[in-house]
This record gives sequence, structure tokens and C-alpha cells, in this order.
Amino acid sequence: MNTLFDKIWDSHVVTIVKDGPAQLYIDRLYCHEVTSPQAFSGLRERGIGCFRPEKIYCMPDHNTPTHDQDKPIQDPVSKKQVDMLEKNAKDFGLSYYGMLNQKNGIIHVVGPERGLTLPGMTVVCGDSHTSTHGAMGALAFGIGTSEVEMVMASQCVLQMKPKSMRITIDGNLGKGVTAKDIALYMMSKMTTSGATGYFVEYAGSAIRHLTMEGRLTLCNLSIEMGARGGMVAPDEVTVAYLKGRENSPKGEAWDKAVAYWKTLKSSDHAVFDKEISFDASDIEPMITYGTNPGMGIGITKHIPTTENMSVGAKASFDKSLNYMGLNPNELLLGKKIDYVFLGACTNGRIEDFRAFTSIVNGKKKAENVIAWLVPGSWMVDAQIRKEGLDKVLKEAGFEIRQPGCSACLAMNDDKIPSGKYSVSTSNRNFEGRQGPGARTLLASPFTAAAAAITGVVSDPREFL
Amino acid sequence: MKQRFNIITSTCVPLPLENVDTDQIIPARFLKATTKEGFGENLFCDWRYDKQGNKIKSFVLNDPTYSGEILVAGKNFGSGSSREHAAWAIAGYGFRVVVSSFFADIHKNNELNNFVLPVVVSESFLAELFSSIKENPKMQVEVDLPQQTITNKDTVKSEHFEISAYKKHCLMNGIDDIDFLLSNKEKIVLWEKEERM
Ligand code: SF4
Repeated sequence: MNTLFDKIWDSHVVTIVKDGPAQLYIDRLYCHEVTSPQAFSGLRERGIGCFRPEKIYCMPDHNTPTHDQDKPIQDPVSKKQVDMLEKNAKDFGLSYYGMLNQKNGIIHVVGPERGLTLPGMTVVCGDSHTSTHGAMGALAFGIGTSEVEMVMASQCVLQMKPKSMRITIDGNLGKGVTAKDIALYMMSKMTTSGATGYFVEYAGSAIRHLTMEGRLTLCNLSIEMGARGGMVAPDEVTVAYLKGRENSPKGEAWDKAVAYWKTLKSSDHAVFDKEISFDASDIEPMITYGTNPGMGIGITKHIPTTENMSVGAKASFDKSLNYMGLNPNELLLGKKIDYVFLGACTNGRIEDFRAFTSIVNGKKKAENVIAWLVPGSWMVDAQIRKEGLDKVLKEAGFEIRQPGCSACLAMNDDKIPSGKYSVSTSNRNFEGRQGPGARTLLASPFTAAAAAITGVVSDPREFL
Repeated sequence: MKQRFNIITSTCVPLPLENVDTDQIIPARFLKATTKEGFGENLFCDWRYDKQGNKIKSFVLNDPTYSGEILVAGKNFGSGSSREHAAWAIAGYGFRVVVSSFFADIHKNNELNNFVLPVVVSESFLAELFSSIKENPKMQVEVDLPQQTITNKDTVKSEHFEISAYKKHCLMNGIDDIDFLLSNKEKIVLWEKEERM
């Protein structure tokens, strides 16, 4: 009577610590430059190496500039972190995809697109959005730096088994409604802690109909509901996506793998600790107005009012709206914006660029808007050029930058100035996330595109 | 940071806000460090200092009325980014216990891995704790790890809290997970031999 999660978890338990956590074997560890230096120093202090170096892949993404990557990084502190990752990877014998390497990009974009994340794997990274990889039918979750060190030292982590939740979304999505909108909608209903302590499996016809890229977006945002991770059982969509990818199994091994992947689903009688369901047709294009991703509304709706809120909740809500320069009951439609950011591990994939381009095609960027279009990886960049999207975008007044996390967390130069409004396809609208004082409105690539050509918050359905 | 843990009795620093995320605990621009030191000075940086770097008087860490080794925070503490830097900042500042009615998972693990004890209490205990601290900033709270209890010394209300027996053992003896895993290598090799498809 097992869930998909149970199947993968149970098959990776090396042992269970008495009265404590499970010791879980990890198939893939990804490292970026921000959360790994202290783990490597920990290994050095203990005088040990990586236990299974071939299972570890390193790439810088957070600090990388999105222009002139062929020149040295200007910010000396960013440069130090990036250089240090390269040195650490070399010293410890790990695979490393540096800047300008055509295999570089945001880890959570690169892993799936290169077939490094496969169904049934356990995948970790010192990064909360590791949940993204769950879309492949893998058990993927973010860990802290001490845990990164644990995996380096032993290829295992100690983890308490989370509870299981299934979120079923049946029905048809309306026009202009994407995986991003599903996620923002769920969060607006469940809050950012609605799934804390749980590992989520997404099911239902609306999920089955999502493309692989849509599933990656959805699983990416699981963490924003507090979930340990999110996953979708592998099916034909997964298999078709993986076929022929660089690190996917080949020949006989492929057939064997596919046969195994087919077994990876929750049994008909699987029991979840919690079940939630939503109707896909209730969802409209979403946008956030506050400083956590749960503070979202349908794009045609008004910001909520504070009646019926507890004192603590009201204090947080007021603080949030004050930061955003918005008022209860305000309508966001028509609100003037300053920046548009298309990118991040949430929406930096080829389909996101296609979606954005489909709206701006034949139109012009609004003059008051500065737009940053940042592919999630060089592979996405190559595909954009292959399909000629770059030309259409250029015609419309947009330019494509070089891959990296960019304005998602503004560790490089791509910072939204204080007080400015940004319609962003990233995953977090926290205070200061896109730069000190920056005001972030999270939305889908369609909604970002509509804002980019009108200069105000707009309903993307009018342009589809 | 491997401090042994037993009973801590201390005054508290109250932060009655909900959904305090790790970007607030330590903003992203401080993630560029390559060691674990020095994060305490930047704990809650953007709430603590204005743009010129002056202390914002109204923020609780700048208010001499409150001090202590126990941070008491609103519901859903530590959500968002998995950055362990948040736990390093809390530990670096000198907090040894964080009390809330709800913690985000990854952050909770990160605190434990840095010998900071996250104590989950009921909503009502938390509400009472906030009002006790407000009434008497010098009031003390006792966190007894061996007994797994937390006591509001002003109202003498006490509550049991959960922690895995393993983590409790680690905290009380100053052992970390890596020490444990390294002692367990043979089992890992055995698992690899058996389990590969
Ligand atoms: S794109 Fe944003 S969320 Fe994704 S890994 Fe980079 S910083 Fe994190």
C-alpha cells in the first residue's frame, strides 16, 4: 500500500538510527558556490575526502554575472566564491561546469535537462529549490551546509521521514493559466506553511497534462508551501523528456531503466497522511502583492482586507503591505511597474521563453520598463537561438542576458533598486530578495510579458 | 560550535512576527562568506540597521530592555531559503534556544546541526510567553533538555517539547551527525553492493 515517496525512500534507507532519523543513501549531490565552501572546509578539518566523488556535480550559478561572463567577475567577493568552488571541485575530484562552459546554468535547470536527475533517484543540494527535481519522479530535497558535508563524507544524510501529502488537481486549466499559477494559487489557499513537515505528491488530470517543464515549475515551488519536497510520478511525458538526454541511460540500460520507472507510482490503495484537492478550472492567472509567495491573488482580484485577522497575522500583513507600498483592497491591475524579470529555476526554461515571446511578438517593450531576460542555462540559450526567439524578442525591444540566478536573489549585479516594482517569474517575493527595498510581484511568464509591453500589471489573457 | 547542552535558564528576546524567513534572518548579500564566522553581527541586518548602518532603535535586538540566550519568535520561523547561514547567524549572535509554535523544516534541522535548540510550543503557550515578556522583560524561561520541558518562570506554566532521542543525545554530548556517519561506513558500502539495480 505504498506511496511513490515510500517506495523511493524505503529503498534508500541504509539503516535507521535507534530512536532517531533514517540514514538515507543519496544518488546525486549538486553543489553551488554559496552553500558549499564551509562543507569543503569541514572535510579538510576532518582530513577526509569525498566518499563517492562521481555522484557529485558542481556549478556556480548564484553569483555569476549575466553579461560579460568571459571577463573576470568584478565583485571580488563573488569572484572568490566562484573560484573557490572550482578549486574545491578540483581538489576533491568532482565534476565541475564553470562559467561559459556550455553545460553551466542554474543547477535545477541543468540537472534535469542533462539527464543527471532520473526517476527513482534521491537528489540533494544545499538549496531549498532542489524540490524542482521531484518533477522527474525523483525524491529531491534541499539541505543545509552541515548536511552537504555529511553527503560528501558518506554519501548519506540523516533525515526523519516526513509525512506524506497528496495534492490532486483535476479538471482543465483555463486560457493563460500555467503551472506557476497553479502553485501560486495553492499557496494562496494553503499559506507558506501549509505543507510544512510533508512531502507532496502531485496527482490528477491537470498535473498529468502538464509538460515536463510545467512540472518542474510546480515542484520548484513546493518549498514555498513549506513542503520538504514535491514530486510527480514518472509517466510517458517523463520518459519522452529523458530519451536521448546526455546522461540518460542508453541502449539496454535505457530499456531496463524505463521498466523500473514504470513501477514508480503510488499504489491504488496508498494511504497519505493528508489529501488535498483543487479544481483546475477555479484557477486564474495569479500575481502576488505581499512579501511571501502565499500572498497571491487572481490577477483581476483586489488585495485582501485585514478584517478577521489575528493580531500577529495583522502585524505581519501590515508590515508587508507597507514594504510593498500597497493598500488593503487595492486592485493591482493597471499598477505601474518598473522592471520585468524572466528567469530563475522557476521559469527560466525554454517553454517559459516561448510563452513570453508569444505575447510580445509583434509588440514593443513599454518604455518605462527595464526587462531582464535570463535563460536558466546555456542549453536553454542555445535553444532560444535555434528557434529564432532571440530575433522576435529583439524586434520587440528585449535583449537576452547570460545564464545564472540573476535577479532571483540579486547576489550578482542584477538588483532591482529600492522602491521599484518588479514583475518577476522567480519564486520569492521576500523583503529585499531582489535587492534592498525591491518590491516583487511574482507571476507567470505570460503575465510578466503582458506587464513588459504595457508597463502596468495586465491580464495576460487579453494578449493570447 | 559543538557546545554540550543541558538546562538553560535565561531571559528572552521577543520577536512576535509570523513567517520570519531566512532572507530576513540573514540577507542574501551576506552569503558570500566562505567561513562560518561573523554572521552574528548581521543577524536580522535589515531590521536592525538603517541604510546608513545606524542602529534602528525600535528593533528588539537594539533595545536594551531585552537580552538573553533565548529567542522567542512567531509562527513559521525560518521559512524560505535553506541557507545554514541563518543558523550560523543565530548561533553566532549568542542564541542557544529558539522558541516558536512552528518551524520550517530545513531551518529546524540547520539549528540542530549547529547546536541551537528549536523548541516547538503550543500557540497558547507562545502567546502567554510573549505577554509575560512584555510585562516583565527580566522574566526567565527554563529550557530543560534532559526532561524536554520549557517553563515560563513568571506563570510557572510548563510544557513538554519533542526532540528525537538521537538528536537529544547529540546535543547533550556534543556529537554531530558526521561523526556518527563516519563510524558507519561499512554499512554504506554493504548497502551499495546490495541495492544497485
Ligand atoms: S534561481 Fe533563485 S531560487 Fe533558483 S537556485 Fe537560483 S537563487 Fe535559488
